[in-house]
Amino acid sequence: MTFGVHAPILAIAVPLLGAFALPVFTKLHRSLRDIWAAAVGAFTCAMVITVAVQVFTSGVQVYTLGAASPTASVVQGGFPIRIVLAVDGMSAFMGLISALVGLASLVYSFGFLKEEQGKTLAMTLFFLLWAGMLGMEYTGDMFNFFVFLEVTSIAACSLVGYRTWESAPVEAAFKTMAMYTVGGLLVLLSIGILYGEYGALNIAYLSSKVVGSQLDKIALGLLLGGLLMKAGAVPAHMWAPDAYGEAPAQAAIVLVANTQASLYGLWRVLFTLFVGVLSAPAVGWLVASLGALTILVAVLAAVTQRDLGRLIAYGAVSQIGYMLLGVGVGLAALSSRQDWGLVAMKGGIFHMLNDAATVGLLMLAAGVVRRATGTKDLASLGGLGHDLKWTSGFFLLGVLALAGIPPLNGFASKFLIYESSFRLSPILAAIAVLGSILLLAVFARAFQGAFLGPRLREARPASPAMLAAMGILAAVILAMGLAPGFFVEHLVGPAAEALWRGRDLYLAAVLGG
Amino acid sequence: MTVVVRTVARIIAPMILAFGGYVIMHGHLTPGGGFQGGAVAASALALLAISFGFGRWKGIKAPLSFLEDLGALAFVALGFLGIGYTFFRNVLAASGGLFGAPVPPGPNPGLLETGGTLPLMNWAVGLKVIAGLGSVVLLLGLFGGEDDR
Repeated sequence: MTFGVHAPILAIAVPLLGAFALPVFTKLHRSLRDIWAAAVGAFTCAMVITVAVQVFTSGVQVYTLGAASPTASVVQGGFPIRIVLAVDGMSAFMGLISALVGLASLVYSFGFLKEEQGKTLAMTLFFLLWAGMLGMEYTGDMFNFFVFLEVTSIAACSLVGYRTWESAPVEAAFKTMAMYTVGGLLVLLSIGILYGEYGALNIAYLSSKVVGSQLDKIALGLLLGGLLMKAGAVPAHMWAPDAYGEAPAQAAIVLVANTQASLYGLWRVLFTLFVGVLSAPAVGWLVASLGALTILVAVLAAVTQRDLGRLIAYGAVSQIGYMLLGVGVGLAALSSRQDWGLVAMKGGIFHMLNDAATVGLLMLAAGVVRRATGTKDLASLGGLGHDLKWTSGFFLLGVLALAGIPPLNGFASKFLIYESSFRLSPILAAIAVLGSILLLAVFARAFQGAFLGPRLREARPASPAMLAAMGILAAVILAMGLAPGFFVEHLVGPAAEALWRGRDLYLAAVLGG
Repeated sequence: MTVVVRTVARIIAPMILAFGGYVIMHGHLTPGGGFQGGAVAASALALLAISFGFGRWKGIKAPLSFLEDLGALAFVALGFLGIGYTFFRNVLAASGGLFGAPVPPGPNPGLLETGGTLPLMNWAVGLKVIAGLGSVVLLLGLFGGEDDR
């Protein structure tokens, strides 16, 4: 247990150390770098799992940085003075998503990246992004949240645009940077307002003091806007197709997990920080409507795409809509404590894990296609199934899971969302179902166009590392599809409960008593 | 640049570097710190690069990047120093060793030997900022050349 108490900070600090040490090891020898990267990746995953086990078995875990012992109280004289990490069920769940996606990305990058095309740089940036994501998910401090948000922004933009020898990635990176910066500034401004009002940055302390003044409402609006911008929800989604489409595959899947970390920030703000003062039905309706809008716009935009990367990117944006819809419906039902509200929350949160795995699998498969043929243009692709047998299988699995075909995992989470959003408003449920149907049509066309038909050209097969990475995600998809009950009960349930009625536990754990 | 600019740069650059070093060194006592001092010192690099031309500094880009990396590494490593208690625990404060002098109660003129890991972290950040801003300036100057990535 002495080691376990340090697990939350080790999960953030080790990838950070790993990132900065990576170029040094490269200077010595490349194989040393690969061993180091694998060791850091494995250790980080182990730490995240340790945290999750501890949180799910014994409640909220708090880590006080710089204190004499990790469990020392942050509150001295009635006022919190140190930086804390506070990991509750939701944070631990998000950590598991990040760890899963990070592991797949790392394994994939061993086989995917080329030495002469900045492999060391890409891996360094990946570890920075990973550390930033885990930091966003584990921190219990608003300003720390902003710092980690910026760490992920910078690392993500660099990952999108580091291939400066092509023009499209640079443009995508610039667009992304502009949106991330505006979003980040909105968040910073809102944190400034809260700090000016209450003189503290600790989320739990702010939550216990927040009064719901006009300024608080402005701060809430700014946080909502900034985080949704980073999450890529409509109407601030325009960076996402560029970034996902142009980023190399191993980076694109981490970008997806990163948008989810922003969504997690939004849940934390709504359900922990402001839940006592906001008008839950109004904000819930707002979030749910934005979710429905995101589904509709992104899916309709996906219909017209001719580029495999952008098509998957719009698919990924539409999935953000389902998460917003599920949790928004839950928030709308929060004040009346309706049971279907919790069901909606479980659906939305379960969908985050499903989305990470399925969209990740599709993007990795698209990366194989790009590497095999040098293009992602659907018009010039075809018949890849003859050469890329495993990849076609993985892509098909991803398509079916994304569209929510039973018995795969997408069905489990989407069904929870359908049945609960129907209770709030049948229109929301209808949009969600329509989105799924269109998505299936779009991706069936993409699968048919790229993988079926006569062999048009020789394709370079995927390397074993890439297949292994896709295999990890595919195994998770199948496991979640075959035993959704297990996942809902042991992972999603505690995470949803932590938001639904866990605020008092969170406050008590951080502030004591 | 002209000989006037070069001569002035030659005289001023060491002073700027020294002032940057001072700001970093006294970061735990006076306003400023690693980032601010590093930015000051990096402006000396910018001055030298502009007045003597970017071309002759091309060779130091790679060492600068490496130095930046070492600075970041040192910072995280200093954080790990306290892991016996907690991450970022200031284990050197009042320990009697490097920067470990105890702070006497009451007002004092600012004792350089205090602060524990704080001055060391300031140096790590300062190193990173000097090297980081330095290579940014160099990249801006070299942009468009064959070496621009």
